[in-house]
Amino acid sequence: MSIVEVRGLRKAYGGRPVVDDVSFEVEEGEIFGILGPNGAGKTTAVECVEGLRVPDAGVVRVAGLEPRRERERLTGILGVQLQESELQEKLSVREALELYSAFYPEPADWRGLAERLGLVEKLGTRFGRLSGGQKQRLFIALALIGNPRVVVLDELTTGLDPRARRDTWTLIEEVRDAGVTVLLVTHFMEEAQRLCDRIAVFKRGRVAALDTPAGLIRRSAGGTVISFDPSRPLDDGDLDALPDAQSVESRNGRVTLHGTDATVNAVISLLARRQITAHQLRVSDATLDDAFLELTEDREN
Amino acid sequence: MSASAAVLKAESRLFAREPFSLFWIVVFPTLLLVILGLIPSFREPSDDLGGNRVIDVYVPVSVLLALIMAGVQALPPVLSGYRERGILRRMSTTPVRPGSLLAAQIVLHFAAATGSALLVIAVGRLVFDVPLPGHPAGYLLALLLGGLSALALGATVTAVTPTTKATTVVGSIVFFPSMFLAGVWVPVQAMPGALRGVVEYLPFGAASQALNQAAGGDWPDWTHLGVTAVWAALLIAAAVRWFRWE
Repeated sequence: MSIVEVRGLRKAYGGRPVVDDVSFEVEEGEIFGILGPNGAGKTTAVECVEGLRVPDAGVVRVAGLEPRRERERLTGILGVQLQESELQEKLSVREALELYSAFYPEPADWRGLAERLGLVEKLGTRFGRLSGGQKQRLFIALALIGNPRVVVLDELTTGLDPRARRDTWTLIEEVRDAGVTVLLVTHFMEEAQRLCDRIAVFKRGRVAALDTPAGLIRRSAGGTVISFDPSRPLDDGDLDALPDAQSVESRNGRVTLHGTDATVNAVISLLARRQITAHQLRVSDATLDDAFLELTEDREN
Repeated sequence: MSASAAVLKAESRLFAREPFSLFWIVVFPTLLLVILGLIPSFREPSDDLGGNRVIDVYVPVSVLLALIMAGVQALPPVLSGYRERGILRRMSTTPVRPGSLLAAQIVLHFAAATGSALLVIAVGRLVFDVPLPGHPAGYLLALLLGGLSALALGATVTAVTPTTKATTVVGSIVFFPSMFLAGVWVPVQAMPGALRGVVEYLPFGAASQALNQAAGGDWPDWTHLGVTAVWAALLIAAAVRWFRWE
């Protein structure tokens, strides 16, 4: 059953469409990723879900609620971490957690959250004195403090060091396992690949693709990457004639090809035919990174 | 604890952590009164002031100064900062309306200004023998309306300025004429007739006259109270009309 429903969403600023006919549905209990380059309309789209912006057209429903008109009920079930916001400079971490707990009828235990997010030692520190990563962790705690059914996290791990990032991922998986639906805006491929059950790739205000991470990688044509150092240069004509080869690149003598299993076989027989030795031959699956770049590249240019 | 009570509690803690704000609102008006009171001639009855001493006249003026400090000088940058730094926006994603944060700040500034006014009156009475307000109810009403106009003026400044920086600048620009109207430089009662005729119809000029009359023991003229009330209403309407949440 879908808990977040977005259909035909449009939002323009000064005549320029930022979100242009976007539709997606988030199933209850999944981690749904929104991925895209800067300015692709990701944040605007989730702000319409949060009820912070009024859509120009389209339908948005969160657990059947209309975010603008049924604000009161929406805010009770939707936890939010905004991309850019602050708290009162002189409010301590403990005071912030206590304050936000008081906003909800059945809040989560803020001490537990502080512990899981590594904020216990910072409880007495004022917001203004926290590092970027500590602020970020506090905002994650505040997004979860109301025991929400759905949580929207916009740039979840920006500003976190690698260890804190991994801890946060584990926390988000635990949150999902507890039945909370997560809508995650990100531009970290590793994060999306690791966490998301499904991903909508945004490009210029539109959904360019919507699939599981594995599905997105499979879909992109150059799903297999072959690279090697040939013992002597290969003929360009030979390389271009390889079946299913999406891209061929030679740099510092190393050849990198994107293709399929058929390309791999063809490369190997080509090398044998020409009696060329391939040093450091590597065959690997394309990553979400590759799929993302391919989905969001501008073909017009 | 209800959500609004929690907001008020948190904001009062934060308010108490602003020593400069507290100094200007709570300490400065009394300090000004004490400094003026140290000048011997200000403690002598003056014919220009209808037999009152300068120090007598400056008690209501300092009370009004406390209200202006709180409303026009201290409040606007706080509200504007909450808006600019996304604090209101963050709050609007919770079940609590961000308006409660603004309301808490307005209440706290008003409370601090009232405390400051009491301090001025107490110090005036104890140190300089200035009689307590002769008509307490009239005094209280004038104080309430004056405070309301000051807070509404500050809120309007926040409403029409986009950034905290702009708010601070416009706040200061509005602050100095407000002090003049209240009679900080020349008490309204000592202003030349033509000037007084104009000042009496401006926000703090009318409040100053009303406070002065109530201090003297009379119920303030309805004109003065009415003018102050109308200004308060206009400014509240302007603030509500033009305020932007982000």
